[in-house]
Amino acid sequence: MPREIRREEVRKLVASGAQLVEVLPSPEYEEDHLPGAIHIPLRKIDSQAMELLDRNRAVILYCWDTT
Amino acid sequence: MSPRAAWRLETLGFGEVYHYVDGKVDWMAAGLPTEGTNALHPRAGDIARKDVPTCGLKEKLGDVKARVEGQGWDAVVVVNDQRVVLGLLRARELAGDPEQLIEKAMRPGPSTFRPYVSLHEMLHFMVDHKRESAPVTTSDGRLVGLLLQKDVAAEMEKK
Repeated sequence: MPREIRREEVRKLVASGAQLVEVLPSPEYEEDHLPGAIHIPLRKIDSQAMELLDRNRAVILYCWDTT
Repeated sequence: MSPRAAWRLETLGFGEVYHYVDGKVDWMAAGLPTEGTNALHPRAGDIARKDVPTCGLKEKLGDVKARVEGQGWDAVVVVNDQRVVLGLLRARELAGDPEQLIEKAMRPGPSTFRPYVSLHEMLHFMVDHKRESAPVTTSDGRLVGLLLQKDVAAEMEKK
C-alpha cells in the first residue's frame, strides 16, 4: 500500500536517493516541477514506468495537491 | 491523480512507493525551489523584502516605531516566536499612541500571499486593492518577506 508522506519526508527520501515523479500533464510539468522530478503523466504510467524508473529504489509520486 | 499512479506502480512490482499527499502546491507555498519555465521569472517570494522589520504582540508601539523609522521603514510585520504572521502595522497604525501595545494597535489578520504567486497577479491585486505592501508567507503562515508594490512594478518594467 503506498504510504502518504509530507514535505519534510519527501526531502529526506530524495536526499537518500528516492525518485520523484510528477504525474500531471506536460504543460504543468514544463512550467514548474520539483527539482529533479521525472515526468510520467498518469495516462502513461503503464507504458513508461518500467522504462524510466528503477524498481529497486523508492518512488515518490505527486501531482498538484491532495487530489 | 497521484494516489492512483502510486497504486498502479505497486501492482507493476515497485516495492517502495510513496505519495506526496500535499503535492506541488505545498512545495511551492513553502518557498522551495522548482525547475521549469516559470522558475526563470521572479515571483512574489523572490522579490519580497526579507529584511522587513518585525515585532511581537507585547511590545509598545512607540518602541517599535523608533526602531523601524531609523531603518527607513514605515511598515512592520507582527509575528510570534515561530515567525507566524499575526498582524501588520502600516504608517497609519504606527502613528498611534506610543504607549499602546502592538496587539491593540496592529491591523490583525492581514491578507497574505504565497511565494509562488506571479508578479503580474500581485500587481493587479495590489493596484486594485490599493495596497502598497503585502506580506508573503509559507502555507503554514510563516513570514517570507514583505512585498512592496513599487518593487513589483519595477520588476515588471524590466520585462
